[in-house]
Amino acid sequence: MTGYGSWFVAAVLVIPGVSAALLALLPDDRTTARLNMLATFLTLLCAAVLFVERPAPGRYLIVDDLNVVFIVLSTFVGFTTSVFSASYIAHELEIGRLTPLYLRFYHAMYQILMFGMNLALLSNNIGLMWVAIELATLTTVLMVGIYRTPAALEAAWKYFLLGSVGIALALFGTILVYLAAHATLGEGLDAMAWSALVEHAARFDPALLNLAFVFLLLGYGTKVGLVPLHAWLPDAHAEGPTPISAVLSGLLLNVALFAVLRFKTIMSANPQALAPGPLMVSLGLLSVIFASLMLYRRQDIKRLFAYSSIEHMGIITFAFGMGGPLANFAGLLHMTLHSLTKSAIFFCVGHIAQAKGTQRMPDIRGLTVSHPVLGWGLVLGVVAIAGLPPTGIFMSEFLIVTTTFAREPALAVALGLSILVALGALILRLNGLVFGEPHGPSAPSRASYIPVFAHLAIVLAAGVWLPPALVAWFQHVASRLS
Amino acid sequence: MDQIALDVAHLFAGGLVLVSFMLLYQDRMSGLVNTFALHALVVSLSVAWQAYIQHAPHLYITASIALLVKAIVIPTALHRIIVRLGIHRTIEPVVGVGQTMLAGIGLVALSIMVMLPITAAAGTLAREDLAFALSVVLLGLLMMISRRNAVSQVIGFMSIENGLILAATGAKGMPLVVEISVAFSILVALIVIGVFLFRIRERFETVDIHELHEHRGEQP
Repeated sequence: MTGYGSWFVAAVLVIPGVSAALLALLPDDRTTARLNMLATFLTLLCAAVLFVERPAPGRYLIVDDLNVVFIVLSTFVGFTTSVFSASYIAHELEIGRLTPLYLRFYHAMYQILMFGMNLALLSNNIGLMWVAIELATLTTVLMVGIYRTPAALEAAWKYFLLGSVGIALALFGTILVYLAAHATLGEGLDAMAWSALVEHAARFDPALLNLAFVFLLLGYGTKVGLVPLHAWLPDAHAEGPTPISAVLSGLLLNVALFAVLRFKTIMSANPQALAPGPLMVSLGLLSVIFASLMLYRRQDIKRLFAYSSIEHMGIITFAFGMGGPLANFAGLLHMTLHSLTKSAIFFCVGHIAQAKGTQRMPDIRGLTVSHPVLGWGLVLGVVAIAGLPPTGIFMSEFLIVTTTFAREPALAVALGLSILVALGALILRLNGLVFGEPHGPSAPSRASYIPVFAHLAIVLAAGVWLPPALVAWFQHVASRLS
Repeated sequence: MDQIALDVAHLFAGGLVLVSFMLLYQDRMSGLVNTFALHALVVSLSVAWQAYIQHAPHLYITASIALLVKAIVIPTALHRIIVRLGIHRTIEPVVGVGQTMLAGIGLVALSIMVMLPITAAAGTLAREDLAFALSVVLLGLLMMISRRNAVSQVIGFMSIENGLILAATGAKGMPLVVEISVAFSILVALIVIGVFLFRIRERFETVDIHELHEHRGEQP
């Protein structure tokens, strides 16, 4: 088993690293966008191999049932986003919002971000994972501020400060986990390795673990965008380049949630420790309620979908907090589908904002008339994200609400109502955006439609028919989590 | 010898909490930067002492990074920034010094009451170091929310980081401490470069965070 699997693990990390260096050095913008695509595609292929061929857990890296799902999802969205990014960036260069020098910087940062996320997912060490998430945060901060407008700089600054505080709290939690573990596992790397931590968690000091989890949940929760720690998220999504909004919503939030999940498994393995579920359920529910109400007064299209991301991360955190095989299964499914749908929406939104020259929703009307493909793509995306049947998100939300209803009816009512409130807001906004008479400036769009419709097709297909192999896989992971 | 070693470690850790309090009431920008340099100096002494008593030579690297980067390079850079921005005279705390200090005392009491009972198993050294470290972290957070100025928020963040380094070195034998402190120094350096390069003053006419809010991009 240990044969060539470890080579592919290394490749998932080395390809983004090497291409970051190459992209920083190569001057020509035509080739660099293609190189970016090629690198993310190769990473995706190597990640897919990990499904079948898996190396034994090492001292620093590990591939297990849980993280392989995240890695494949993350490299897939990374690849489709790079396809979208190529056409998006070409337009930004044309209108002079980005110079070739900044483009090199952008592409290098994109690959470093991929590297950071893959490393965070693959790491078998809580310290290494922390460093990787910090790296990913830093690169996104730099990319959010890339346009250097006052609003972009403010968004980057806010993201920077809140993200850094979150990361500092997470480090304190990490140190406490080490302290809890080192009485049992001794000093050194073992006391920070996932595989060892989960195995021996039952013998850790529960009081230290409790305190550690509070810090970790608040710290990584800031990165997940849970209310009340979400303040950076809408700004960062609205002011940065749209490919980055797609990657932030689709991937980076998941990576932070993955960290929370890892620590949740440690907590659950210790019978004396605080149950992590109720904390996650309350933060998740609070996020859903808050974000669904905030959706109504948005004026900026990217901010609208940023709040929708807060809502969905809340739903996912809620589902994992409820625990149990069914809720975990629904949480995993919802996370996968949300990543795909939300990035598809941001691909549409990016092209729309370029074609209309604005992100203000009152200035965008009648997209189905002026840009039929983009307009209907957006309609499909919003229908999917709002959780209407027959899309996959309907199914996962339905599963979450029904399984909650069987166990905590009051919570299920609150969750279901907020989902409906959010649905109302999204449909209301969608109606204004895509129907009616088009007005305002409108340039023809040279969009790349393949990523948008590839994602949406998967989401639609998932609502109608899930491959039994995938269901079995998710069920297996869900039972491992609970 | 062992008792003395512990006492000295506690002296440095307690000194760090004391300097954190000093940061809270500085009402001049240059005084704040100098106090921060002192903060970094104390943390590097503390880490060096831990390296000595734990026989962990790699911690000397962390100590020298703290000394070089945070006690010398960053304060020098910050001095240049505040002179260029013309804000070296005053800063304005959001609440009064009295209330801030009282809140700070409350936070220190809180962290001692939280940490001491639950870390009974972790050994004397780690135990009290952690209580002090959590105090420094909380005082740093208090500073970040009680100051409006971007530069003082950065200093608040860096004092949080010093508290975390203290906690990490206090946890005996923790791997990757050096790597983590390097990663953190990169973060801090980027924040400072960010303040410097983005020239917040040119862009916003001010480094007062409250005035940045006019650019929310959200108002209709």
